[in-house]
Amino acid sequence: MSTAKRLDVIGHARRRVDGREKVTGQLRYADDMKLPRMLHMKLLRSSHPHALIEAIDTARAQAYPGVHLVLTGKDFPVPFGIMPVAQDEYPLAPEHVRYVGDPLAAVVATDEQTASAALQLIEVKYKPLPTIATPEEALAQPEVRIHDYTDVGNIHRNQAFEFGDVEEALSKSDHVFEDLFFYEGDNHMAMEQHASLARAEGEGKLTLWSSTQDPHYLHRQLARVLQMPAAHIRVIACDNGGGFGGKCDPAGHEFVVSKAALMLGRPVKICLTREEVFYLHRGRHPVLMKFRTGVTKDGKLTGMHLQTLLDGGAYGSHGPASTFYTGVLTPLTYELPRFKFDACRVFTNKPACGPKRGHGTPQPRFGQEVQLDKIAEMLKRDPAELRLNMVTQANSLTASWLKIGSNGLAECIRQVVAGSGWKQKHGKLPQGRGVGIACGSYMCGAGVSIYWNKMPHSGVQLALDRSGQVTVFCGATEIGQGSDDVLAAIVAETLGISTKEVRCITGDTGITPIDLGSYSSRVTIMMGNAALQAAGRARDMIVTAVAEQLEVLPESVVLSRGRVFAAGDAAKSMSFAEAVVYAESKFGTLGTVGSYTPPKPPGKFKAAGVGPSPAYSFSACVVEVEVDEHTGWINVPKVWIAHDIGRALNPVLARGQVIGGVYMGLGEALMEEQVFRRLPPKLSSALVHKIPSLLEYKSITSLDMPEVEVMLVEDPDPNCPFGAKEVGQGPLLPVMPAVANAIFDAVGVRIDEVPLTPEKVLRALHLKREGKNPRVGPERFPDVPYPEPTFVLPPGEGGDGNESKMAKRADRVMERSAS
Amino acid sequence: MMRLPWFQYQRPASVAEAARMLAAEGPRGMLIAGGTDLLPNMKRRQQTPATLISLSRVEGLKKITNGSGLTLGAGLTLTEVVGTGAVREKYRGLWQAAAQVASPHLRNMGTLGGNLCLDTRCNYYNQNEEWREAIGYCMKKEGKTCWVATASKRCLAVSSTDTAPALIALDAKVRLVSAAGERELALASLYNNDGINYITRKPDEILTEVVLPQLDGWSSTYWKLRRRGSFDFPLLGVAAAARMAPDGSVLEARVVLGAVSSQPLPLAKASEFLVGKKLNDEVIAEAGVLAASRAKPMDNTDLDVYWRKEVVPSFVGYALREIRGDDMRAMRMRISRQAL
Amino acid sequence: MNTALQKVDQRKAHITLRVNGEEVEVSFAPYKTLLEVLREELDLTGTKHGCELGECGACAVLVDGEPLLSCLKLALECDGASIETVEGLAEGPELHPLQAAFSDHGGSQCGYCTPGVLMTAKGLLDREPNPSRERIKEALSGNLCRCTGYQQIVDSVADAARTLRERGVKA
Ligand SMILES: Cc1cc2nc3c(=O)[nH]c(=O)nc-3n(C[C@H](O)[C@H](O)[C@H](O)COP(=O)(O)OP(=O)(O)OC[C@H]3O[C@@H](n4cnc5c(N)ncnc54)[C@H](O)[C@@H]3O)c2cc1C
Ligand code: SF4
Ligand code: FES
Ligand code: FES
Repeated sequence: MSTAKRLDVIGHARRRVDGREKVTGQLRYADDMKLPRMLHMKLLRSSHPHALIEAIDTARAQAYPGVHLVLTGKDFPVPFGIMPVAQDEYPLAPEHVRYVGDPLAAVVATDEQTASAALQLIEVKYKPLPTIATPEEALAQPEVRIHDYTDVGNIHRNQAFEFGDVEEALSKSDHVFEDLFFYEGDNHMAMEQHASLARAEGEGKLTLWSSTQDPHYLHRQLARVLQMPAAHIRVIACDNGGGFGGKCDPAGHEFVVSKAALMLGRPVKICLTREEVFYLHRGRHPVLMKFRTGVTKDGKLTGMHLQTLLDGGAYGSHGPASTFYTGVLTPLTYELPRFKFDACRVFTNKPACGPKRGHGTPQPRFGQEVQLDKIAEMLKRDPAELRLNMVTQANSLTASWLKIGSNGLAECIRQVVAGSGWKQKHGKLPQGRGVGIACGSYMCGAGVSIYWNKMPHSGVQLALDRSGQVTVFCGATEIGQGSDDVLAAIVAETLGISTKEVRCITGDTGITPIDLGSYSSRVTIMMGNAALQAAGRARDMIVTAVAEQLEVLPESVVLSRGRVFAAGDAAKSMSFAEAVVYAESKFGTLGTVGSYTPPKPPGKFKAAGVGPSPAYSFSACVVEVEVDEHTGWINVPKVWIAHDIGRALNPVLARGQVIGGVYMGLGEALMEEQVFRRLPPKLSSALVHKIPSLLEYKSITSLDMPEVEVMLVEDPDPNCPFGAKEVGQGPLLPVMPAVANAIFDAVGVRIDEVPLTPEKVLRALHLKREGKNPRVGPERFPDVPYPEPTFVLPPGEGGDGNESKMAKRADRVMERSAS
Repeated sequence: MMRLPWFQYQRPASVAEAARMLAAEGPRGMLIAGGTDLLPNMKRRQQTPATLISLSRVEGLKKITNGSGLTLGAGLTLTEVVGTGAVREKYRGLWQAAAQVASPHLRNMGTLGGNLCLDTRCNYYNQNEEWREAIGYCMKKEGKTCWVATASKRCLAVSSTDTAPALIALDAKVRLVSAAGERELALASLYNNDGINYITRKPDEILTEVVLPQLDGWSSTYWKLRRRGSFDFPLLGVAAAARMAPDGSVLEARVVLGAVSSQPLPLAKASEFLVGKKLNDEVIAEAGVLAASRAKPMDNTDLDVYWRKEVVPSFVGYALREIRGDDMRAMRMRISRQAL
Repeated sequence: MNTALQKVDQRKAHITLRVNGEEVEVSFAPYKTLLEVLREELDLTGTKHGCELGECGACAVLVDGEPLLSCLKLALECDGASIETVEGLAEGPELHPLQAAFSDHGGSQCGYCTPGVLMTAKGLLDREPNPSRERIKEALSGNLCRCTGYQQIVDSVADAARTLRERGVKA
């Protein structure tokens, strides 16, 4: 059949498949579940930031009326962690608590009120330890050990990569820019607080309903921690009330409710409070960054040395990946012949950081884009032109061996420049008003799984029967991003039916084929490709059967709008259901599968697996600001953003993702911060989350949100289903630096730190008035003992993608000893 | 889920009955009006009354009397206050303050009386029990030290009511009723500069009404500093009211700051300074400096404490310029993110 | 400190409510808020919660026609009140125009804030059939949404208002 078929579903604005459930209150999130004889669980959390547990006495709690079970760390001998290299966390801390909020005991009772009351009866004897509040302290005090599995003090991960001789490139540059930036940590703040419900079933089997983005990884970890066969465990990811990365890590409470349900033979539920969500955290890492970037006088980059220092909090979480991500995606947007990055993650006595929308990349993106603005200023070039002049090309390899496929960055820049009236505004608005531009790029799914294996990253199964019903099964998880809608749309388009005819069954490890989870913007591409394959196979069966029946060539059979017919012969036509009957008659019970495995990454050096992706999205953003020169007060009247999405499968949802990304980026730019408070050390050793509430952790309200003008750039990517690239994370990236650059355009001050608060702007304005460097931002970068880099020759210099241990190494050792 | 502790509940039908119940309960009892301050505090175990005496069915607390001046029942919700024509037209500062309290839903629930009796706030105190335990509590409840200023002998929690500064600038009085009798006092005297004993209302008294004088020829305004256009408590409130001569010189003025102390802060000096002067830019700037010298923000709310002090003159300036008759709509949109 | 252990009367309270037009009697532990009674006693889990402290708006319902936060409303104080929740918004199988607009125009992504937003928007449109975009934003400024950036929520409310007005003209 002809492949250039008109698209009936894809690309059209449509009610999302789960729309109705969401607006009627029918959709069941994890905490909405209720089972007969269900019990409730609450956790006791450490009130010390760092301590050894000397004793726990649970006797009084156990005896409290209504209490069914009390669990402590000794009930959980096996640790967990999402990454195989960071299994450093226990469901309940057995002997060592590492931050205020670290869970250490659990009570299961008839209701939450009773469980809470009983928690107060648990007596814990702590032996306080010295605390580490910042990365600087972590480096300076290696003798205070938050974990004992690290090689050096509190350094969790430490890595360095060099693609081509960066020092040489810098020394040959016309200018070298050196800048420090800091990006404060922040929380996902999904509106739904994490909840889980566990039920023991059958012969020692377990079902867990949970607000999780990654049921598959949770499933594996449950088997490990509970020491049960994975096949006896079923994880059902309920629709998430927002995730943003905050529900990717398996969480302590998921293991504890499971164990409790197995021990009691009764369903057990827990729902975290908002404060507990801030403790579970796994949010954006605070990152200190140093950029040394070489440029030619005509505005081309020559090389960049990026150093990052991540404040990891108390546990590993996704840290090993997060650490890489503060470097690896940097070269995607602009031609950069040589690139070096050093990245170090340290432990501190605070809730663990992890993946949040943009995972590890918004921080360096902020630094890179603000530094480019400074470069443009110094070279007296228009910042948009400067960028356009150096964008990476489609079908190219970066110095760091990332393969870029389709690339709409230049078009994104052109569209936001035109749409925002950039040329009439930049440098030309009255004092106090300004515009800033920035770009970004993001992966469409991580090229390798979190644990090493050769199996597909996503699988889809399709069942069709004579009633005409189509059911599609996939492990992917709906977190609000619209993955069920993508799944239904791809199947519907391929089979020529409407999305209403497709039932999606997703996120259930007991009945759906494995999909790795809703993270790294991988679902549309990976699940989508798997769905395309499964649906294509079903279509082929239908076509074969129908062609036989209608006595036409299979090539002429068309599936469209619920009909199956012969092209050009109106008389030869039947309904989709009738067509399925023929197919079922011919082939027996119908079912197909599809799966997707991403292409092998082009780099071959160790760790070359982090960063590669089947495709990359690109975006460009212009932000307009008004800054009050007396107070530093910042107002954002409007944002323009262009996003290269490849193809918008459902434009309503795609635009929603873009606006949502801008919203979250603006929040990070202007107000969101997960910050901590230490009391005067002489009086107290407390180290607490400063503001664990929705009132004081500031997020943007409807009144603070500017109008966003969205431009979707559609240049279908051949690696992606119907050409569709990601849209869930990329559009957040350029927002923060665009705000900072706009503030500079408005009042001539540089805020090299996120969030960009009025207080910082006013401080910089004072410096400006005093004739000093009008900049607020970090002043120094500590000595970090980065390792000797893995050296890889860039593709442009004849590299083969392997680590090269040649002459270069020796040169460097000599250089070092000379200096 | 954050849940309330157990409590007893009483629902009187009249002020007299409520007063009797309150007297009988003693310090174990607390009044509940909208509950939007008290219930979060109870859920966090900051306040743990054994008995709640509800004002929800008490007769007469929603009265609006429009005689000379205006009398507003303490039980009116803030939405009802905002919707009262006389407030909007004649007591604009109150209207603007009430319209900026919390969020629309909270204004539908929270009452004027509750707003005036609002507990003082501090981000070492407005925290869950577990959090406060982690810092060893503080002077305001169960602890000894004030963490905001460890040498301080008193609690420095912040008076965070929006309507009180506006009403004080409008020279409002309040009526307090107890089983023993009733009294009327200037709203300004309802407060102490002490984060714990912030209110002079006796534990057995019920605030029943707010009495506003007739204010012919006065104009008033309220400017609020907060991070977002909604939800947030004030980090600074500037209420100003003035009566001007036809030539534009000030005959009488009252400027009151909110959220920079444990009580609303009437600025006598700055107010006197304005009298007899025309509100030109220099006069406004000087009044701003005078105001700032009284503001003592502490590091126990949102945003940087030095910055909060530094912007006092600007906010006083917005208020006085609005009183002068400048078109402040654009600035209002930038600061408040809504037209007021 | 140990307030949960105070000796208090732990008998259940009993009230009558009109929920989505139907009279219901319900018994509950008297410390429960309307939110807890709706979700836990009446199994009306459409009403959500994100903080239980009045800081997010996820729990908004209409009480006697007015948008309130059910997490800060003592159930005891609702005796005799008329409550509208998201479950009662549709008329039979037909979605309320707000519901239709939200599912068509991106007003609901993860859907978690949606019930609170819908009920608040209904409260607005019941009183003001023709609100400006600014007015819609004001009315919804007590509902945090983490997904949409609000723009498509405002679009959806504006669209529903149009539909309702057109219907009103026809009727
Ligand atoms: C998220 C959030 C944001 C908020 N933002 C603001 C804000 O920006 N500005 C602001 O001013 N407030 C704010 N508030 C606080 C509160 O909503 C308002 O102050 C409201 O007006 C309080 O009124 P209420 O009737 O709900 O008080 P309640 O909670 O019922 O009572 C408050 C206190 O006053 C006492 N009380 C109540 N009525 C009387 C009476 N008649 N006589 C004597 N004592 C009485 C109570 O015993 C209690 O101690 C906010 C609250 C929340 C939860
Ligand atoms: S000001 Fe001091 S005593 Fe008062 S609540 Fe805050 S920390 Fe506690
Ligand atoms: S649950 Fe957040 S306001 Fe009620
Ligand atoms: S749609 Fe997810 S919070 Fe609003």
